[in-house]
Amino acid sequence: MAYFILKRLIQSVFVMLAVAFLAFSLFRFVGDPISQMTGVETSVEDQERLRDELGLNDPFVYQFARFTGDLLQGDFGFSYRTRQPVAEMIATRIPATLELGVVALIISLVVGIPTGVYTALRPRGIATQAILMTTLVGVSIPTFVIGIMLIFIFGVQLGWLPTFGRGGTVQIGGWESSLFTIEGWRALLLPAITLGVYQLTLTMRLVRAEMMEVMRSDYIRFGMARGVPMRRLHYKHALANTMVPVITIIGLQFGGVIAFSIVTESVFQWPGMGLLFLESIRFVDIPVMGVYLVVIAFFFVLVNLIVDLLYVAIDPRLRVSDVT
Amino acid sequence: MLTITDLAVKFPSRFGDFTAIEDVDMTIAPGEIHGLVGESGAGKSTVGAAVIGLLQTPGYIAGGTLTLGDTDLRDLSDGQAHAIRGDRISMIFQDPQTSLNPLMTIEDQLVETIQAHSDVSHAAALKRAVDLLEDIGIENAAARIKSYPHQFSGGMRQRVVIALAICTDPELIIADEPTTALDVAVQSQVLDLIRRLARDRKIAFMLITHDIGVIAQVADRVTVMRHGKVMETGETAQVLGAPRHPYTRALMDAVPPLDRRIDRFRVPQEADTGPITQDNAAEAWLLEGIEQDPIGLSLSNLCVRFPGTRTSLWRKPDPYVALHDISFDIRPASIMGLVGESGSGKSTLAKAITGLVTPSSGTMTLGDDTLPGGKSRSRHHPSRQLIQMVFQDPYSSLNSRQTIGAILAEPLWFYGFTPDPSDRRRLAASMLELVGMAPDAIDKYPHQFSGGQRQRIAVARTLLARPRFLICDEPTSALDVSIQAEILNLLKDLQAKFGLTILFISHNLAVVRQMADDTAVLRNGRIEEIGSTEALYANPQADYTRTLLSLTPVMPISWQAPTG
Repeated sequence: MAYFILKRLIQSVFVMLAVAFLAFSLFRFVGDPISQMTGVETSVEDQERLRDELGLNDPFVYQFARFTGDLLQGDFGFSYRTRQPVAEMIATRIPATLELGVVALIISLVVGIPTGVYTALRPRGIATQAILMTTLVGVSIPTFVIGIMLIFIFGVQLGWLPTFGRGGTVQIGGWESSLFTIEGWRALLLPAITLGVYQLTLTMRLVRAEMMEVMRSDYIRFGMARGVPMRRLHYKHALANTMVPVITIIGLQFGGVIAFSIVTESVFQWPGMGLLFLESIRFVDIPVMGVYLVVIAFFFVLVNLIVDLLYVAIDPRLRVSDVT
Repeated sequence: MLTITDLAVKFPSRFGDFTAIEDVDMTIAPGEIHGLVGESGAGKSTVGAAVIGLLQTPGYIAGGTLTLGDTDLRDLSDGQAHAIRGDRISMIFQDPQTSLNPLMTIEDQLVETIQAHSDVSHAAALKRAVDLLEDIGIENAAARIKSYPHQFSGGMRQRVVIALAICTDPELIIADEPTTALDVAVQSQVLDLIRRLARDRKIAFMLITHDIGVIAQVADRVTVMRHGKVMETGETAQVLGAPRHPYTRALMDAVPPLDRRIDRFRVPQEADTGPITQDNAAEAWLLEGIEQDPIGLSLSNLCVRFPGTRTSLWRKPDPYVALHDISFDIRPASIMGLVGESGSGKSTLAKAITGLVTPSSGTMTLGDDTLPGGKSRSRHHPSRQLIQMVFQDPYSSLNSRQTIGAILAEPLWFYGFTPDPSDRRRLAASMLELVGMAPDAIDKYPHQFSGGQRQRIAVARTLLARPRFLICDEPTSALDVSIQAEILNLLKDLQAKFGLTILFISHNLAVVRQMADDTAVLRNGRIEEIGSTEALYANPQADYTRTLLSLTPVMPISWQAPTG
């Protein structure tokens, strides 16, 4: 078990190094940083002096080592655009994106798993067909269209919910949260639904497919043959076995939700990392883009590690050490 | 007690209802073991599923009566039927690997079953479960009950399955191929257990199996089925000793006997496939390709080790020894039988010879040439053509996206025998004839053929590589007995005609006796005994061989077909 975790951690370090390298390459290959930082009136001598001061004339490997070392110490550099430390900018944006992502994930699980189970147990029911049809429409429409439709219906026509921003937020330590006010929740609802719809459909269809597969397996048939109550067969035997593969996909998807919340954040003007990333692209703000890349990769790696641990927790066959 | 009359089960389909079984009559008394025997597709399992009310959708009972004691099983609501399952009727499935929930402990599964049918506390249910496991032959049950299914061996797992089936004291148990997935030693223990339960607890068993040897050993009465109908039913001694129906006779003739060797199996359908034509192009091509004399294979001190599972961070894991110091010779143009239980290293040996596994030490010599092992054997090494393999499962060994023609032409193209595509096609067609298939099969796809036909195609493919040495890894264990007899006849004919040298791997001792000139017995990667087949079977030297022979279910001599 300890060996397994250590192996994963070592793999993670290599993944992070590779991502850091990509982020670093951004500086080298997306144009000359000096010409981005300086105006037309800066003399060539001044540019050269700046280049020297910033260490841009040093060997490539040395620069990369310095970049990685700075990252590890929490020094993420300064934004070209706002001249603020990148670390600060990202830190103020992370809570918004994380809260949006987590709420979207919870919505997709709370709705997706039960409907998946329901549609698997009644594969021929009318309700099942209806659900499958609706969710098919749900996946086929692009996220931004869903967002705009929701804004149009609930924000403009009915006027029930706000259409942009985070509403009321509460400062807890360094964490700016919208989960503790009614206004915050009202603002969170539409973007979270928009972001969660795709994930929801995927979870539902996956749970349905896996559950139907499990219901055909020998151990479920054997459970029926010895008269184990159907409720217990469905929700204890079958569901647990269904979740083993589903968890992997949900984990991978959650990484995706965090990373690709860009569209949703831009539709709802949600002040998260995605929006920051978009603004940075517009102004070719390479330090922010690079750090964004590293932070997102870190989330992916972290989520995957958690998924691996969950896997071991659910499936006794993976706990190699206790095999006698 | 269980009475079935005129039972019919139908499966609706687009082309009208398909009748799976009809006119099935059967009675089973308390304590009786009733064998239900037949080949695949005979409807045996459908009878069992209908009785327990678990027919695969959309199948339904179209007619007849099913009564258990005073209860009309057809007249139950879904809830009542579910309450009877486990309580009065239970079931044992074929594969103990898949019939237990892998995520729950044995304790959880046993206790929930007991509590589902009687209102007892968890502690009382647990005590009953532990007692039952002890009774059924699981030592130290109080501790082992906390384990998960994967921590038990196959035989122990099947005991757990049986414990689950009997923990509620049912009157009837439907055992669907309960020993098919088990090795002979474990099979005989499980059969003993079933016999003891029938005797002591008066449980009635419906024992569904394709293995007549098993029926002969434990069944009190037997019903023979074919194509969804009952052919014959009666006392086991009467049905198997003096079969009235020709199908029962044919079924028994196809079973290879353990105690003697017969040259050919009598196969009633063999006339249909037609005799092998005299001037067959493929035969001529094969004979012309024999430039060298039959070649033998000799192994000396062959060892194969696999890396073990890592248990500690710092220590190198102990290697798992799959084959230990294997030495034997296969004489040119002879058949070497290789028997052993699962995990004994039979298939690893085949892989080492074909170069799929790298031996850790030892040498292999084919004819006069040393065979490089594993990865050091180049793609174009001549042995890659001379050694060919017939696999166990004809369903997965043929590419389902290719036509038979494409499958058969591949070796001809790959080894550069025939550059012209139309020649390849002609040769493939006549090779199909040689293995007893109609030449028009060439444009069809594998799924259009039955298991036996597919195995013939697989044999044709290996022959088109002009092999001198064949490895047959359990070539008939996925097939019905009558089909097995045909394939064995075919292999014998081909071997005699083309002077092939064959390594014939099987867990079935009776089959090996029919095929092999010499036999090696493998156990835990070591050779227990090796010698000429006749001597080895008549007078086994190793204890292990004797045990294997004595545990293999056979029919009493008096019931067997006269030597023909």
